[in-house]
Amino acid sequence: MRYAILLMGAPYSDQASHSALRFARSVLARGHCLEAVFFYHDGVYNAARLAAPPQDEPHLTDGWVALCEQHDVALQVCIAAALRRGLMDEREAARHGKNGHSVEAPFELTGVGQLVDLSQRCDRLVTFGP
Amino acid sequence: MHHDHDTPAGDLLVILRHAPHGSGWLREGLDVALVAAAFGGDVSLLFMGEGVTALVEDQAAGALDQKGTAPTLRMLEMYDIDTLWVEAEALARFGLSADELMLAPRVLQAEDSAELIRRHARVLTF
Repeated sequence: MRYAILLMGAPYSDQASHSALRFARSVLARGHCLEAVFFYHDGVYNAARLAAPPQDEPHLTDGWVALCEQHDVALQVCIAAALRRGLMDEREAARHGKNGHSVEAPFELTGVGQLVDLSQRCDRLVTFGP
Repeated sequence: MHHDHDTPAGDLLVILRHAPHGSGWLREGLDVALVAAAFGGDVSLLFMGEGVTALVEDQAAGALDQKGTAPTLRMLEMYDIDTLWVEAEALARFGLSADELMLAPRVLQAEDSAELIRRHARVLTF
């Protein structure tokens, strides 16, 4: 089955991101396809390049990157939700005249249209939120 | 639903459960509804719980200097989003009646909400 995940919870603030990552791993372990994770609302903070949790806690951002590297899961971040919250890649940082960037590949800034597209193309779109 | 002939099965149901000014949930939920409609989807909205207060008339932008959601709600018709539901229970809880709300929403009885959700291929909750 083709799955996609919509994640709207901030990392470490509540359970949503941890549960979404565990669900993602389980879906893949069962042999399903996980097409993409769409980060929206406070979920965009999962894409923060500078996240530095204590070493004895799961590193959520690295966890998502590993999924992308090992299973080709697209990591799509809503650009409108991200920019509002200070999350931007190099290109957007340059466009907005900011020093430094807070999002990098494999996370990609994209529009809500991608979420709509995922919900149409995948068999299941599963939402995780606070 | 008791009147299936005038409420055809929809494609996407967006459920809005948050009031307009206290958080970004309503705004970000409405954004998804508008984009889905712009993509040609048949989109319905269900205002649940404190989400019904989004439809109270004459809302100002608010003290927090946010834009408010009333202007976005007024754009729904332009995007052909004209099926709006409000929970009867939520109306009672906030002392509102459907005829004092903007955009003439239809009232949904609690026992019909499961059926409304079932009739939509996709459901997103904000």
